[in-house]
Amino acid sequence: MGAAFMALLKRDLLLAMRRRGDWLNPLAFFVIVVTLFPLGVGPDNDLLREIAPGVIWVAALLATLLALDGLFKADFEDGSLEQLILSPQPLSVLVLAKVLAHWLVSGLPLICLSPLLAVVMQLPMRALPALLASLMLGTLTLSLIGAIGAALTVSLRRGGVLLALLVLPLFIPVLIFGSSSVLAAVSGFAIEAQLSLLGALFMLALVLAPVAVAAALRISTE
Amino acid sequence: MQAQDIAVFRGEHCLFSGLGFTVSAGEVMQLHGDNGSGKTSLIRALCTLLPLEQGTISWRGVALPASRDQYFSEMTYAGHTEAIKGDLSARENLRFVAALRGTTPNIDEVLADVGLESRADLPCRSLSAGQRRRVTLARLQMTAASLWILDEPLTSLDVHGRALVERLIVRHAESGGAVVFTTHQPLKLDGCEVKSLELRS
Repeated sequence: MGAAFMALLKRDLLLAMRRRGDWLNPLAFFVIVVTLFPLGVGPDNDLLREIAPGVIWVAALLATLLALDGLFKADFEDGSLEQLILSPQPLSVLVLAKVLAHWLVSGLPLICLSPLLAVVMQLPMRALPALLASLMLGTLTLSLIGAIGAALTVSLRRGGVLLALLVLPLFIPVLIFGSSSVLAAVSGFAIEAQLSLLGALFMLALVLAPVAVAAALRISTE
Repeated sequence: MQAQDIAVFRGEHCLFSGLGFTVSAGEVMQLHGDNGSGKTSLIRALCTLLPLEQGTISWRGVALPASRDQYFSEMTYAGHTEAIKGDLSARENLRFVAALRGTTPNIDEVLADVGLESRADLPCRSLSAGQRRRVTLARLQMTAASLWILDEPLTSLDVHGRALVERLIVRHAESGGAVVFTTHQPLKLDGCEVKSLELRS
């Protein structure tokens, strides 16, 4: 089981390296959206600082959503998904490998870019650890929850809008606790409560999402 | 494998019902039928990809889904889609299959067997349709499965490719495996018992 997990993780990362457009687009979207705000709002540093947590978090959420559409699409179209379903390994473990590979090429670079965008948005340095920690837990949770929607809509030709409608309501708690933790850090308050809640959401998604995704994939390939 | 009184619907439309057959070790079963008679649906139902409206499929005497884990480790399916990654080479594709199935075959030997040894490290995207089909034939041998379920294995293969499919099926049956397949072309399977099943719409 462990060998199959690693093999699928390695295969997906290798595929991502050979097909860069798929994951560079959402990252470019993230950077462009955030950098447009200082230009659109004007050089009012106080206002920018105030809206920075929300802007960075919303942009990260939308970039994750944009990347999710392709999570199972390629595998569905070339038949690899059926082979994964019919393999002797538990499907939820394979799903976890796919989501992890997806997060490593979409979520992790996004987190690495966020300090740069924090500077663009005039976010004080003391809020940076909160931003990184909340994005780390948050994007992982978003990827896991979003995978359920991606699995349900994989057989639809234009599933993008439906995917957004399905998963955005589930993304909202993550967005609220994520941006409020950064906001609290900006004002110098404790952020443990928000991070604990984000951690709890992550654990919940980690346990339940792979099972739900596996069931959704079985329905989608009928 | 045994199928008892199975029926499959697509939407409201009944494709077939009351179908029953047994495929034992060393046996080959060919499904016949016109286009749209439900061959692919039957194949997919046998792989559990399509739900049965009624009836049961049993593997080694135990009905699915109770025997699913064992069934999945001893069955392999090759459908219309090739299920190979165009951005990976044939060797990388096969290496992944081996890891997924938990087998350790000799990849070079399998590649030579299907005549792809000189193309093993090219991205599959640059191979021809027939060569990609040969990669899927190589995949069958990687799985160490005893039951092969093949949907149109001859698609886009040349005369040598057809001979290869015949050879692989006969060899698999002789070593105690079973094969269920569909094709519109006559296959010459010397030395093994071929059952046939006709589906009428």
